[in-house]
Amino acid sequence: MQSQTPSARPLSPHLQVYRWRYTMALSILHRATGLVLSLGLVLLVAWLLGIANGAASYDCVMAAFTHPLMRIVFVGYSFAFFYHLANGIRHLVWDTGRGLERKSARASARVVVVAAVVCTILFWIVVCVRYSGSVA
Amino acid sequence: MSLRSPLGKVLGLGAAKEGVEHWWSQRVSAVGVALLGLWFLISLVALGGLSYDAVLAWLGRPVNAALLVLLIVAVTYHSKLGVQVVLEDYVSSKAAKVACLVANQFIHIALAAIAIFAVLRAAFGIQA
Repeated sequence: MQSQTPSARPLSPHLQVYRWRYTMALSILHRATGLVLSLGLVLLVAWLLGIANGAASYDCVMAAFTHPLMRIVFVGYSFAFFYHLANGIRHLVWDTGRGLERKSARASARVVVVAAVVCTILFWIVVCVRYSGSVA
Repeated sequence: MSLRSPLGKVLGLGAAKEGVEHWWSQRVSAVGVALLGLWFLISLVALGGLSYDAVLAWLGRPVNAALLVLLIVAVTYHSKLGVQVVLEDYVSSKAAKVACLVANQFIHIALAAIAIFAVLRAAFGIQA
């Protein structure tokens, strides 16, 4: 087996060598939100298990989920979802060969950020209105 | 003279070892997650409250249980593909990479199995 000796081979350029651009920030954020959403799958599974195990365990899960800190987590999670969704649609458009020029890529970047923020705010306004009077 | 096997020449994949399957699967599952994820969010908001009875009644409807199972399949598959790319990019040691990729696969399949089991148990009625 080859040992882990550092070789003199050139490394491919990585994040820190590039000048910072917001299209690049969006690309990194797409991957970051994807990872966050993956971790969050555990929350979905916990919620479903709570339902399947009966009312007592469901109340346990919901007590944890409605903790003030968890509410912040869910707001962040919803932003991650809307951002990943909006930027994912941008990626699907790119896959058709459209919108890859610098100007349109920058324009769509702005659309994605605005859409993600607006969707997150709208979502929680609607939740607050629909859930008024309900504990969860 | 080439030492490549006839099959290797025909497949034409070289050191990449595989073709566009991962790329396509990621796109197709993305569309599934986008549609089903929005449906799930809208359904939860429409419920107007997450009391146990309301959630259980909602899950008890066959359409909701079936769509939720589909969402679980699509989202765990999409998640597995995404995390796989990140691991392939950032875990450089071969042994650690293989271990991480296998763990990634196992964890996502386990999450999917547990989630689907929970949905079906709730949908078919809970025996105390």
